[in-house]
Amino acid sequence: MTTISEVSTSSAAPSLSPEVARRLKRRYAAERRFQVYGLSAIMIGLAFLVIMFTSIIQAGLPAFQETRIRLDVELEADKFPTDPAELTADGLRLVGWTGMIQKSIRDTLKPEARSDAVLMHKLLSPNAEVAVRDAVVDDPSLIGSTLSIWVLAAGDVDAIMKGTIDRNLPEEQRTVNDKQLTYIDRLDADGRLRKQFAFTLFTAGASSYPESSGIGVAMIGSLFMMLIVLMLALPIGVAAAVYLEEFAPRNRWTDIIEVNINNLAAVPSIVFGLLGLAVFINFVELPRSAPLVGGLVLTLMTLPTVIIATRAALKAVPPSIREAALGIGASKMQSIFHHVLPLAAPGILTSIIIGLAQALGETAPLLMIGMVATVFTYPATPMDPATALPVQIYMWSGLPERGFVARTSAGIMVLLGFLIFMNALAVFLRKKFERRW
Amino acid sequence: MSVSVLLAVVLGLAVAFYFLGTRRAFGLSGGDTRTLHSRPNYYGLLTALWVAIPAIAAIIAWRLLQPGFMDSILVDSLPASVLNQEDSQLRLIVSTVKSLATGGISSGVEPYMMDAAQVYSDARATASVWLAIAALAAGLIGGGVVLLKMTSDTRARNRVEQIVKLVLIGCASIAILTTAGIVLSMLFETIHFFKSVSFSNFFLNTVWDPRFSSAGRDGGDTGQYGMIPLMVGTMYVAFVAMLVAVPIGLLAAMYLAEYATPKFRATAKPMLEILAGIPTVVYGFFALMTVGPFLRDTGDILGMDIDARSVMTAGIVMGIMIIPFISSLSDDVITQVPRSLREGSLGLGATKSETIRKVIFPAALPGIVGSILLAASRAIGETMIVVMAAGVAANLSGNPFEPMTTVTVKIVNQLTGDNEFTSPQTLVAFALGMTLFVITLGLNIFALHIVRKYREQYD
Repeated sequence: MTTISEVSTSSAAPSLSPEVARRLKRRYAAERRFQVYGLSAIMIGLAFLVIMFTSIIQAGLPAFQETRIRLDVELEADKFPTDPAELTADGLRLVGWTGMIQKSIRDTLKPEARSDAVLMHKLLSPNAEVAVRDAVVDDPSLIGSTLSIWVLAAGDVDAIMKGTIDRNLPEEQRTVNDKQLTYIDRLDADGRLRKQFAFTLFTAGASSYPESSGIGVAMIGSLFMMLIVLMLALPIGVAAAVYLEEFAPRNRWTDIIEVNINNLAAVPSIVFGLLGLAVFINFVELPRSAPLVGGLVLTLMTLPTVIIATRAALKAVPPSIREAALGIGASKMQSIFHHVLPLAAPGILTSIIIGLAQALGETAPLLMIGMVATVFTYPATPMDPATALPVQIYMWSGLPERGFVARTSAGIMVLLGFLIFMNALAVFLRKKFERRW
Repeated sequence: MSVSVLLAVVLGLAVAFYFLGTRRAFGLSGGDTRTLHSRPNYYGLLTALWVAIPAIAAIIAWRLLQPGFMDSILVDSLPASVLNQEDSQLRLIVSTVKSLATGGISSGVEPYMMDAAQVYSDARATASVWLAIAALAAGLIGGGVVLLKMTSDTRARNRVEQIVKLVLIGCASIAILTTAGIVLSMLFETIHFFKSVSFSNFFLNTVWDPRFSSAGRDGGDTGQYGMIPLMVGTMYVAFVAMLVAVPIGLLAAMYLAEYATPKFRATAKPMLEILAGIPTVVYGFFALMTVGPFLRDTGDILGMDIDARSVMTAGIVMGIMIIPFISSLSDDVITQVPRSLREGSLGLGATKSETIRKVIFPAALPGIVGSILLAASRAIGETMIVVMAAGVAANLSGNPFEPMTTVTVKIVNQLTGDNEFTSPQTLVAFALGMTLFVITLGLNIFALHIVRKYREQYD
């Protein structure tokens, strides 16, 4: 039995009993271990982030460049209709484009055998015919002359040029054979081959060939949807938040609304897609695949987020502002619309941007309402069929061709770019206009 | 006149009446606006509202009544021989005629359909003209009455504010309407589904085999809709995800809350939260392209047979996604534990980690459990990752390296095909959606309940 004075003297002294020292050492070791666990948990999380970004960027960067081949296409006048009214994309569909292009590549590379001509033609993207046709539709005076045009190279040629297909592999493991390789080298030596920035990626719609498919239609579709979400979720969300925060009496009804909003925020997004399918498409009979329906579904989905964040922004405005307005004779409505809302505007803006970012990345509900369509042309109105950026990514990810992996990754990079921009904007606005009361 | 043009005209009219109303209020005041009850612009607003509201009400009423009314005109215009056919056949004819009338091209068009389409599109044209006249008349009458009855004593501001408040209440109720819409639409379709498929075939069956949509129609059996393998798959994937996310998330939260310097915390916390902001389709692609092949190659080295699409692939990637849900929510809860508890424990000689494990963790436990449950509900309802990485075969196995499928995958599969909407093959998606909605809602409510009930009240 030790007395208090003995304990105090012994702890003051550096010499601990061996058992205590051992236990202390163990406890300190546990302490250090725990810290390491915590730090490594964070590092694991961040490592996943880095791995994901690098693997996507690595796979996606090549898709921002495309390979083009210069062709000299003889547009013989006798192959074209004489009636100028027929010089449209539709009217010219039956002109023998394939023959013209085959002739052009034959004249350039001079095949030794018939089978070589086929190999040569395969160096070009099937999109080349469309490109030549469009050039003629744009400028009918070209008919009768020789058109020099840079057309897309086939996906495999593109991959060789970028090095994603290794040209040193044995011939049977390559999709491009040795003969085609020599053709590519000859084209390159003639200056008929060049790599350039892939505008096709940003302008084209769906296509079965990776080199001629792009996110153009998907971006327009997403843009329409974002506009609809902005036009609906902003006023409705702000109005709902103003009512709940400023006017609502504390009763059962407002309690129900509040619990409801919190629960809606946690409902799986796919359920909103089912709602959209059952209500907007089957009941109201709006068209499938239309950005209008997508926008409505995404609005319902983002409303809870917007309402919750807007309420927080309204709450941050001090009551003294309201009281001062009321004190000089403003009505309650005037105090809120003239004073509280303008002061809460930066916070509201931030919340709607974050809501939009959430809506932009959402895929599952859009699958339910038929946005998984192969759309080739730009939608002119929100009622036309379109697809969305994340849905386009999803559709590409399921395609087996090698070129689509790069396309998918590039699409993801564009999507993430938009999201990073939106979130950065939100942070910037908050930092710039944030007011401490 | 299309509805959007009509709406634009109505809005233009309302703006015009705003200026008329304001002018009239100035006129009534005789130049001294202090004699008015409200400021002049409120008189203008009141007039404008009374133009817009009746006109828009007329448009909405017509949109609600139109489908039934137009259909009856269409059916009347069909020859009697057609009307004798079966209901489903008739509905098909009606929709063919409609698509003809709106310029769509359908196969199997017969002469009487062309006639009916003509009648239908004529009726539509007439109706839209009458709608325009009715809506504009309603607006003009509303605005005109307000203008005529306006006096300097009209309580314009109060009446405008009443209307604005009603609009605010309406907007707040949209949340309720959404929930009601979700529940009703899914209930409706689910009841439809259970008319052709028995409860036991759905809830107690272990075989998922819905066949094609033609299966039921030929008098054969309608297929098997056992949700058990889907449910097991969902739970299994979510369980693997939680195995990844809970330890990482919790340890990260504890480090961030207790050890990290403010500067480190200010960088690391938002960085982790980026994980929650990345679209799920990106995670799906990451699973498909990187994690799946990595697991498969690792399996090859170890001599194990691992599928690229498997419970493990989907679970791990989903786990990464929900790390920030757990870490951020738990971090908030842990920082809310009062200082006095920490200082008391440290003062007794406990090390920091002992304080965290034995004092702070128990004190924050209800909040932590709540955050874990919320993350679990997120994992169960997650769609894109499992659609892309978990597989589509509904097999019931305990091996995490085999593909399994989930409820959400099957909802997507059943609805993206070309099935007829009324077939049980499609309707089963709504039954699955209903099940999913009930489970996630239950989890959320349970989580909130736990947080509220077991929260330690300090101070």
